[in-house]
Amino acid sequence: MKIQGKIWKFGDDVDTDLIIPARYLNTSEPAELAKHCMEDADPDFVNKSSAGDIIIGGKNFGCGSSREHAPIAIKAAGISCVIAKSFARIFYRNAFNMGLPILECDETDRFESGNSLSVDFDTGEIILIEEDAKFITKPIPPFMQELVKSGGLMNHIAKQI
Amino acid sequence: MSMTITEKILAAHADLDRVEPGDLINARVDIALANDITAPISIDRFEKSGATKVFDKNAVILVPDHFVPNKDINSAMQAKVLREFAKAQDLTYFYDAGEMGVEHALLPEQGLVLPGDLIIGADSHTCTYGGLGAFATGMGSTDLAAAMVTGEVWLKVPETMKFVFTGKLNPYVEGKDLILYTIGDIGVDGALYRSMEFTGSVIDNLGMAGRLTMANMAIEAGAKNGIFIPDEATEEYVSGRAKREYKFYTSDEDAEYTLVKEYDVSNIEPQIAFPHLPENSRGISDVGEIAIDQVVIGSCTNGRIEDMRSAASILKGKKIAKGLRLIIIPATPWIYRTAMDEGLFKIFLDAGAIISPPTCGPCLGGHMGILAKGEKAVATTNRNFVGRMGHPESEVYLASPVVAAASAVLGKIGGPDQVM
Repeated sequence: MKIQGKIWKFGDDVDTDLIIPARYLNTSEPAELAKHCMEDADPDFVNKSSAGDIIIGGKNFGCGSSREHAPIAIKAAGISCVIAKSFARIFYRNAFNMGLPILECDETDRFESGNSLSVDFDTGEIILIEEDAKFITKPIPPFMQELVKSGGLMNHIAKQI
Repeated sequence: MSMTITEKILAAHADLDRVEPGDLINARVDIALANDITAPISIDRFEKSGATKVFDKNAVILVPDHFVPNKDINSAMQAKVLREFAKAQDLTYFYDAGEMGVEHALLPEQGLVLPGDLIIGADSHTCTYGGLGAFATGMGSTDLAAAMVTGEVWLKVPETMKFVFTGKLNPYVEGKDLILYTIGDIGVDGALYRSMEFTGSVIDNLGMAGRLTMANMAIEAGAKNGIFIPDEATEEYVSGRAKREYKFYTSDEDAEYTLVKEYDVSNIEPQIAFPHLPENSRGISDVGEIAIDQVVIGSCTNGRIEDMRSAASILKGKKIAKGLRLIIIPATPWIYRTAMDEGLFKIFLDAGAIISPPTCGPCLGGHMGILAKGEKAVATTNRNFVGRMGHPESEVYLASPVVAAASAVLGKIGGPDQVM
């Protein structure tokens, strides 16, 4: 699968309170959570971004809480994928479990907000459209690929029920 | 072949003789827990999976503690989802209303999480139970839902970093200071995907409360788990309260560590973590003049009875600064009652404090002490992210109970030395 989208760039250690502040966690309704996605990092993010856009982070994206509401909010806000140098471990699991594509790439410093990226999930190849520059992402571990193929963790364990 | 305590617990729960870092295992879960924010999603996933019964009604624990007593209609609806599920599944351990406490203070206290256990929780601070010599880690709601169905979880065996604390503790230096110092040294992703094993002569004498505080904040360094080798102090803590059999594991002498850090604690003074990351810790003597509006003493990090006593030892016979809001939150009903029986409430009330019922409340900006724009707070909690306790332009400084209490008296960030 290939996608193309505009970049919204954030820094290192984007925590789950920035992605979805706890004051909105009195619901787990995706559409409600989406309204406040990235609000404390950029109050206007939801209005500025469009469906298919891509979030870029530095190191340790998604650190902090275990709240699955974070990847849910990002996905429901229409973001097509998150690319960061590294992800906090709970966010990483959550993203795969609920079906938000995420990729690790060491060179996210090269990307700027407003740039456009083309992402090929099958090959892990990213192209920075403006510069026609190619970047390689870290391969998704085999077990995670299996989860994706099964359609998420709950489908993966369905055979055990 | 040698193994660390973490590797041994994981191997035992996967019915393997040994595991190595990087191994992918399917492990049995002793306890799976969730709270009023995370459980509704787990329950939804559970029900949609077609499952009808949880794998073990004694092993799935629900604690509505974050937005309770319910702060608004939506929160009440979420707590109701837990209540109905607990009833339908006949869960043995569902802590509601007057039995409810902050989950990571409550479960050890009730003897529900034990040495040698493998525990997963849909709450990042599930790692707290490593203080007991258990493998405990936080996950999301879907992982929890899968464990509710199967009683199992997939895990990648982590590498282990060893932290050795030696020397003599300075006055007023507690477990909170040691972990803030450690996170300051290695950074908020310094232990990403790894296990943090805490050891050394200082740890041997730290006591269970300090160990639970330190393990609690392993996640703030990105760790999968924090863990302590159980000993006599552990035995003394769990023996009277354990609801099940438990087992002590230890790391082999020649176990392999990806990194060993040694800290001489005589160089460590009370710590303050500045906004907006727990890694921004510095010694109390380097703080400068920072006026504060609020102090919160409580949470799964520092809401135990020992923390109440520490705060009271500073506040006794004193008044807090005029206009400052000191909110004290005993983490469980037992802690609440014990603090009252020991006369700590009188000390708190005489000082001018507000005493809250058990709740996570302000720690995550839920309720019971939200900060306005521009306000600053000292808190014994675990995170000082942007907007964590309220307005995105408010600030949280993390500290121990004695530093928080002293700061409440001073009206600015300061150490116990300045008020005693």
